[in-house]
Amino acid sequence: MLIDVGSLTAIGAVLGGLLGVAAKLLAVEEDPLENELAGMLPGSQCGQCGYVGCSQYAAALAHEHAPVTLCAPGGKATAEALAKRLGVSADLSEHEDVGPIYAVIAEDLCIGCLRCIGECSSDAIVGAVKQVHTIITDQCHGCQKCFKICPTEAISMCKVPVTLGTWHWEKPHVGDAQAVH
Amino acid sequence: MKLFPVRGGIHPDYRKDRTAECAIVALPLPKTLYLPLQQHIGAPAEPVVSAGDRVLKGQLLARSGGPVSAPTHAPTSGTIAAVTEVTAPHPSGLPQLTIVLEADGRDEWMVLASPIADPFSAKPEDIRARVAEAGIVGLGGATFPSSVKLGLGTQKKIDTLLLNGAECEPYLTCDDRVMREYAAEVLDGALIMAHALGAPKVVIGIETNKPAAIAAMTEAARGTPNVEVVGVPVQYPMGSERHLTQAITGQETPARKLTADLGVVVHNVGTARAVHHAVRFGRPLVSRVVTVSGGAIAKPGNIEVPLGTPVSELVAFCGGMTEPPRRIVNGGPMMGQPLPSLEVPVVKGTSGILALTQGETDEQVPGPCIRCGACVTICPCGLVPVEMSSYIRKDNLEAAAKVGVMDCFSCGSCSYVCPSHIPLVHYFNYAKGAITAADRDKRKQEQTKALVEAHNERVEKAAAAKKAAAAAAAAKRAAEAAASQPQGEAAKSPSPEQQASQ
Repeated sequence: MLIDVGSLTAIGAVLGGLLGVAAKLLAVEEDPLENELAGMLPGSQCGQCGYVGCSQYAAALAHEHAPVTLCAPGGKATAEALAKRLGVSADLSEHEDVGPIYAVIAEDLCIGCLRCIGECSSDAIVGAVKQVHTIITDQCHGCQKCFKICPTEAISMCKVPVTLGTWHWEKPHVGDAQAVH
Repeated sequence: MKLFPVRGGIHPDYRKDRTAECAIVALPLPKTLYLPLQQHIGAPAEPVVSAGDRVLKGQLLARSGGPVSAPTHAPTSGTIAAVTEVTAPHPSGLPQLTIVLEADGRDEWMVLASPIADPFSAKPEDIRARVAEAGIVGLGGATFPSSVKLGLGTQKKIDTLLLNGAECEPYLTCDDRVMREYAAEVLDGALIMAHALGAPKVVIGIETNKPAAIAAMTEAARGTPNVEVVGVPVQYPMGSERHLTQAITGQETPARKLTADLGVVVHNVGTARAVHHAVRFGRPLVSRVVTVSGGAIAKPGNIEVPLGTPVSELVAFCGGMTEPPRRIVNGGPMMGQPLPSLEVPVVKGTSGILALTQGETDEQVPGPCIRCGACVTICPCGLVPVEMSSYIRKDNLEAAAKVGVMDCFSCGSCSYVCPSHIPLVHYFNYAKGAITAADRDKRKQEQTKALVEAHNERVEKAAAAKKAAAAAAAAKRAAEAAASQPQGEAAKSPSPEQQASQ
C-alpha cells in the first residue's frame, strides 16, 4: 500500500517537475489562442467592438472574457465561431436582428473628398479627387468606418436584402408537446 | 428487363384519377404575361428588351446569363409593358425581376431558326447549342438547364439516357398525358438527346400505374431496337433521378456525385418533347403542360399553358374554386412548395397547381417522438430523420450535417409517415438553408480577409516606397548642398548616408 502510494507520488512529482521546467524553458512568447482568435476576426481594424483593433479584441477575448458578439462586420458567423472556439454560449439574439449591412453613397451628396477611400480597409470604394465615389457592394463588409468619416453624410448603411437566392425556410415552431422528442 | 429494389419510400393515395383522363387542352391566350428572369437553376437571364418594344412569339426576351443559365422567349406576340419586380412563384413571396408582356392577341410567330435537318448526323455540340438557345430546362420541376446536362457526355462515358416518366407525385398527370398524346414527339426528342449525349441506349421508366402511357410509349418505340420501355414499381419517390437510376441499374449514386458518374443521364419526358420542338422546328420553350387539380378546383385538368400566365387565370379557366382552399401548392403535394398567392406566373418548373382543401392537408399539432423508427425505415436515402431532427431542434446544425442532412432531398416521406406529425422535412429544409447561408457568410468573411490583407500589403508597400523616395530626395539635396558649398564646411555637415538613414 505504502509502496504504491509512494511510487505514484514520486512519478507524479517527477512528471510535474518536468512539465514545470518545460513550461518555463519552452514557453511560446505569443499567445497561440490570441493569434487564433485574431485570425477568426475580419481584420479590418474598424474598432466597432470598442477595442483599438482586431488583435486587441482577440486579446480581450482570450484573457478578459470579453463577449463574443461584439464584432459587427463579422456578424453571426464570427460570433458563433468565436463562441465555439472559446467554449462559451453566445447570446446571438441581438445579432439576428441586425443582419449584414453594406454602405451606399448618395451621389448627389458626395463631394469627392477621398476620405472614405482612405478609411476603407477592404478596397470597396472607388473614386478620385472631386469625382463621385461609389461602393462595390460585393466587397463591402459593413464596418461603417466610411459612414462615420463622411463629411457630407453622403454615406448610409443599408441592410443586405433577402433575395430568392438567399432566402430559406425558418426553423419550424413546435409547441411544448414535442419537448420529449 | 430486370429491375432492382430501391430502399424505403411510401405509397400515398395517388389521386391521379381526377385528371388522368383529361386530355391536354390549350389555355386561351392571357392578356398579360409575366416572365421572371430566373426560371431555372443558375445565373438569372439578362433582359435584351425594354418597355415599349414590340416582340413576336418566340423572340428572345432575355439571354442566358452565364454558363449555367437559360434564356427566356416571348410566349406570344405583343408589347413589353415593363421590366419590373413582380412576386415570384416562390414560398417566400419575395419579388423578382420580371418582364411584363402585353399580348396583342395575334399570336404571331417570328421567323424561327431553321430546323436541324438530320439531327442524328448533326454534331452533338450543335444540338446542345440549339437546346441552350431554346431555353430548355428540366421540366420535371428541377429546372436545371438541359444543354448543360446534355454536355455531360463530353466529360463522362454515358451508356444510357434514362427518360423519366415515373411521375411519382400524387395528383400530377401532366407527364402521363404528354406520353399518351405525344409519344412520337417524346421518343424523337429522347433519341436526339441520346445522340447528343453519345448514349447508345435509351430506357424509358414509367410507373406501372400508368398502363396507357406504357402502352403508348411501347407502341411508339416499336422498331427502334435501342429503346426500352420499362414499367417501374409504384413507389414514391421513384421519380427522383437517383432512385430511378437505382431501380434500373441497381447502382446507388454516391453522395455529392451525379448519376452521370454511373453512366446514366436522366431527363424528363416533357423535356424530351421540348427538345423535339427545338430541333425539328426551331421552336423555343414558350409553354408547358400543367396539371391543375386538388379538391377545391371545380374542373381539374391538364392544360398547355403559355409561360408567364398568372396562376389566377389558369385556375379561372379550370372553373375556379368550389371552396376556399386551405393551401395552394406549386408542384406535387409531397415536394411542392406553397404559393404566396394566385397572382404569380406559371414558370418553366411549374408541373402542377394544386388547390388543396382542409381535408387534403394534414395539419396536426406535432406530438412527442415515440421512437417508432418509421422514418428510418422509409427514408429512401438511408438517412436517420429522427436523429437529424433532434440535432436541428437543438440548433446543432453541424452534427446534423455530419449525419447527412445535406444528402436529404426533401422528398417528405418521413413527414408523411410520422405518427406524431413531427414536421421532419421542414426541419431539414430549414437546416439545409441555414447551413448554406452559414457557408455563404464564411466565404464572405474569407473574401473580406483576403481584401484586407491585400489592402494592408499595398498600403505598407506604398508607405515604404514613399519613405524610400523621401530618403532619396533628401540624399540628393544633401549631395547638391555639399557640391555647392566650400570644402571646409562640407566636412562638418552630415554625410548623405547619415541623412538618409535619419
